Amino acid sequence: MTSPDAVVWLAVIVAGLGTYALRASFLFLFERFGDVPHGVETGLEMVPAAVLSALVVPAVVAPEGAIAVIGNGRIPAALAAAAVAWFTESILATIVAGLLAMIVIGAV
Amino acid sequence: MSRREDFIAGVTATTPVMLGVVPFGLVAGAAAVGAGLSLLQAVALSVVVFAGASQLAMIELFGQDATLLVVVGTALIINSRLVMYSASLAPHFTQEDRRWRGLMAYIMTDQAFALSVTRYAEGMESVTRKRWYYLGTAAPLWVVWQICTVAGAVVGASVPGWLPLRFAVPLTFLALLVPAIQTRAHATAALVGGSVATAGVGIPYNLGLLVGALLGVAAGTLVAGQTEGSSSGVNPEEVGE
Repeated sequence: MTSPDAVVWLAVIVAGLGTYALRASFLFLFERFGDVPHGVETGLEMVPAAVLSALVVPAVVAPEGAIAVIGNGRIPAALAAAAVAWFTESILATIVAGLLAMIVIGAV
Repeated sequence: MSRREDFIAGVTATTPVMLGVVPFGLVAGAAAVGAGLSLLQAVALSVVVFAGASQLAMIELFGQDATLLVVVGTALIINSRLVMYSASLAPHFTQEDRRWRGLMAYIMTDQAFALSVTRYAEGMESVTRKRWYYLGTAAPLWVVWQICTVAGAVVGASVPGWLPLRFAVPLTFLALLVPAIQTRAHATAALVGGSVATAGVGIPYNLGLLVGALLGVAAGTLVAGQTEGSSSGVNPEEVGE
């Protein structure tokens, strides 16, 4: 099920080069272009919330590729972890809480 | 202040941040091996891409045998926020040597950006001082990230079966998502991004993720435009990974 080796290597190289270009962008082009246009900046500020949510929600609600609510332990575990994330803002505490909840739910 | 003192001040500022980076790096290493990547591929991902959230997303997609275009497209969308950091740092380094700028770009992270820009705002005049402070915040994160992904990849292969480690990946994203929701615009972006991506789980090539992310950004931007004037938007320091 894993991508073929060639795809993995090519993806690492292309994503690496692209990511470097994103990081280098204004550090090198600022003199020529000046600041980021305001509208673009607002869009970029929305990226983390939109992308992370698009990664999290399907992984929790549809872990096997189809939406499953009944008998899906990931939903209560993720809700517990979200509460911990909200109060602690700690990555470690969030992971531990979610995994613990998952183990407990699995044992019940 | 000497260069050394500025560098050390940066290292000191970045130390508490390590608490979040260590488990994140361990998960990234373990998840890579868990998804079927070799140790060398896991290390290459950390060294070449060096951006945690995008690495985890790529790993998830590799595990689902996604196509090259989807893997790279997802990674670049996640990392597009780095353009914002590059633009915030750029005015401080217009006099900087291009080779230094090249290095600074490679080790740029959410944390190094946030710590440095905050420190510069408190007053730091010379480019040299700013450079060494930035390197002090960024370099230790690079080192710790590499060590943690290798450790995660090695240990991850021998994780006991009762530990639902695969679930640690979405949990990491969740830990980054929650503090990233600062305004109603962010909440809208998250709501639209999450629901569209979920509704689109059946779409081939994992395109639901990309479509969800893009529509989420569009919806959030729309709401931000409407509420403009009444609120000044988000503090970039508090944007997640």
